[in-house]
Amino acid sequence: MPEQTFILNGKKVTVDVEDDVRVLWVLRDILGVTGPKYGCGINVCKACTSHINGRAFNPCAVRVGDLEPTDHITTIEGLADTADGELHPMQQAWLDKDVSQCGYCQPGQIMAAVALVKKVRREGRSITDADLDQIRNICRCGTYSRIREAIEEGARNM
Amino acid sequence: MSGPTIDCERAQSGASERSGISRRKFFGYVVAGTTLVAAADIALSEPATAAVPSPPQVPELYDLNDLLTDATRATANLITVTINEDGTASFALPRAEVGQGITTSTAMIIAEELDLPVEKVKVTLADARPELLFNQLTGGSNTTISTFTPIRVAAAIARNALLEAAAILLGDEVNKLVAKAGVIQAPDGRSVGYGELAKRAAVSETKKVEVTLKDVSEFKVIGKEQKRIDARAAVTGRKVFTTDLRVEDALPTMVCRPPTLNGKPVKLLNEAEIRAMPGVTDVAMIDTGVAVRARTFGQCIDAVRAMQVEWKPGPVAGESDEDIVRKLRQAEIPLPKISELGLDKIGIGPVNLNLVKSIDADFLFYFRSNSALDTNSAVADVRKDRAEIWASLKSPIVTQQTIAAELGLPQHKVKVHVVDGGGSFGRRLFFDAALEAAKISKAMGKPVKLMWHRADDARAGRMHGMATSRVRALYTGKQVLAFLQNHTSIETDYRHGLGDLITASVANLPTGLGNLGFAETIFALTQEIPYNFGVVNQSLVETDQRFNTGSMRNIYSPDVRTAAELVVDQLAAAMGMDPLTFRRKFLKDKRVLACLNKVAEVGKWGRPLPKGMAQGIAIHKEYKTASACLVEIDCRPETVNRKIPNAVTGPRVTKAVYAIDAGLVINPTGLRAQMLGGINDGIALTLTSSMHLKDGHFLEASWDNYFYTRQWNTPPEVEIIVMPSDRKTPGGAGEAGVAASMAAVACAYARAVGRVPDYFPVNHRDPLAFKPKPFIPPIPQSPTNGLKLTW
Repeated sequence: MPEQTFILNGKKVTVDVEDDVRVLWVLRDILGVTGPKYGCGINVCKACTSHINGRAFNPCAVRVGDLEPTDHITTIEGLADTADGELHPMQQAWLDKDVSQCGYCQPGQIMAAVALVKKVRREGRSITDADLDQIRNICRCGTYSRIREAIEEGARNM
Repeated sequence: MSGPTIDCERAQSGASERSGISRRKFFGYVVAGTTLVAAADIALSEPATAAVPSPPQVPELYDLNDLLTDATRATANLITVTINEDGTASFALPRAEVGQGITTSTAMIIAEELDLPVEKVKVTLADARPELLFNQLTGGSNTTISTFTPIRVAAAIARNALLEAAAILLGDEVNKLVAKAGVIQAPDGRSVGYGELAKRAAVSETKKVEVTLKDVSEFKVIGKEQKRIDARAAVTGRKVFTTDLRVEDALPTMVCRPPTLNGKPVKLLNEAEIRAMPGVTDVAMIDTGVAVRARTFGQCIDAVRAMQVEWKPGPVAGESDEDIVRKLRQAEIPLPKISELGLDKIGIGPVNLNLVKSIDADFLFYFRSNSALDTNSAVADVRKDRAEIWASLKSPIVTQQTIAAELGLPQHKVKVHVVDGGGSFGRRLFFDAALEAAKISKAMGKPVKLMWHRADDARAGRMHGMATSRVRALYTGKQVLAFLQNHTSIETDYRHGLGDLITASVANLPTGLGNLGFAETIFALTQEIPYNFGVVNQSLVETDQRFNTGSMRNIYSPDVRTAAELVVDQLAAAMGMDPLTFRRKFLKDKRVLACLNKVAEVGKWGRPLPKGMAQGIAIHKEYKTASACLVEIDCRPETVNRKIPNAVTGPRVTKAVYAIDAGLVINPTGLRAQMLGGINDGIALTLTSSMHLKDGHFLEASWDNYFYTRQWNTPPEVEIIVMPSDRKTPGGAGEAGVAASMAAVACAYARAVGRVPDYFPVNHRDPLAFKPKPFIPPIPQSPTNGLKLTW
């Protein structure tokens, strides 16, 4: 069985698994990293949103064999370590606005929010309503307004 | 068809709770143990005093919550608050947390009576406790209504026992001691913490004690803004849902399902090939399909897609939306005629029938899905002589009983654990995944972690049945003489009963008669027209048991209320009155009126808007709560046709204002969260979300097909007002935000486009906004292009 190596939340990991297994299942079923959630398996609900080399990606749509040993994958579990403090400012904003209801989609929402702030900064601008309108992460509890407020607060503290 | 029988004497005997007056003296227990355990009978209820209003519709007198609360009175079983040596208190809540915030509100209630900080109260979800009978059902927005008093009693008894133990330790009198934040202090400044007292306050024999609860005026925790106690776990990825559990050897498992709804497997034609696939450990046929167990869910998906299965077609094979509409139309009963109404008896004197005018309206509501983001899932470990189940379950007792019967085990040999659910919206009243997982584990002889693929959860999961709602309103001059509504629906499945097998069995009687009785009862206990409209009559007909249905959040009310409020707007127009003015004139409930006035003021009712935009206003009363919603909608072409990649856009609700009087509010933050969810549900129900039945199966297979509200459709402006209330007992919250929201959006839409829609959601007959995913194989493969889509 092929050996797959990549960097997960700052630590090198090696897993024996077939190339075509999607990264989401390697994380959840083999490594026990369950912050990224399954919601569709076809990259439309975005509940598994995590980061690869600092950018948002969806591990349900990436074969583990396509990862390079130098690829840095960050899941919600490793997000806090990418910033100062016990929590990432975006996680803190989520607490301040009491965003979560059932909480199932929220790891993906937070990872998407952090990537969005970084993206608009790369583009030399700040977040607009149009940016918020285009966030694809679904929340079946309907926490959308609190998500929008939290992103604005989190961005201020990032 | 006869209506439900309501025992009026019994209805009145609980009237003080119904009218929101509370008493404070109760009995409970200090239970034998090594540490302090205080207990109350969960069936505690309020005594009779107040009168009931008259002449009311049934829900005003006795509503669904009274049925649920009264069902619990029959049992005499204990819930316990335990004081631990680390100074914390623990409590196992016999309900399901699915996002509605009841673990947080329960921690607050305990913290209040116990004088302990909220963060020191540990609330978990109780395993199935069959001795609780009816008292472990999470539904009807009833949790806080039914558990508020017993939980307080147990906590207050614990506090008294701690004070007594402290009095001995500190050598002072109980009434001179002060309990605060988990510490008891004597007048001389000496103090002792609850942790240190936990063992000293323990008793060797259970004793009955009386306790006086705090008065509302003494509350320091209840009614204050409290953030969720599980929020930190949620935002760090540590909150555990069913599929996150690590139960030894419970490997990922999925089911290959039939290409027509509820079809049956006949034979797996390539079993050897499937067994040889990478990661696959087991294959087994069960009644719902062919199950596969593998090292990863990805390998389960591969195996399901590779299966060649011979199927027997399901019961709706070949049928489509229009066939079901036809069946519903055939089941409709005529609305009463003017001559049958006894208009002379409603106290307005003789009525000249020639001057009576009628508004007849007819609305169609298509199938809708209550699929949560966390799909149906369960872990099952079935052995020869016992079984253990883990799942998010709102009726764990009937789950336990049904699985025990299925496995041929005594009930107590099946242990059922209730796990946090990633949403419910009614889905988790049933236990489809738990039962299926038990069957698979038994067939394979191994533990399994069953997860429904999203496509299965969407297409084969339970849903809200298609329904029609017909309204006839009779008026003369500026008076409404009668308001008649008949709701005709695909059968709503209540076979979970009130959470135990006895009532589930009644609902399960042959030919659906039992379930029909349940449906009628639920309908009669929830529906109410809170207007002075003369003769009011609402009735329900249900037909067709072939679909997988259940109570979707707020059950009948969103559709029934939307139909009614649209007719209210038409009545207003017919009388030349503004929708707000009309409602003010005809509303008979002061709490609803206060909510209406509040949203009108905050939402600036009547403010000028450009052509193509409009406001809508609607009210609702249920779960002992009153509410009103005002929305503004933008139906201008530039908005309707706005482009968001791969999105269904359409009309945009730009503002939503919601006011709710939920009686005594435990946690305003949590209540507003529930209303926010209700608003987004209401928008989806009116504008975008439905299931299309075509040739025997539903087309929608994932979130790119089923258009629940997304960020591009959510209102940029939302204001939710928690109204002050004169009720001293809590009302229900979990479902209370949906009906008024759906109705307000529908009313606003009708005013904006100048046409009252006669079907919902309004986009259902538009050309499909997606290409339906195949039915064979039943689930789509995961893409591989994710690295090209990073951003």
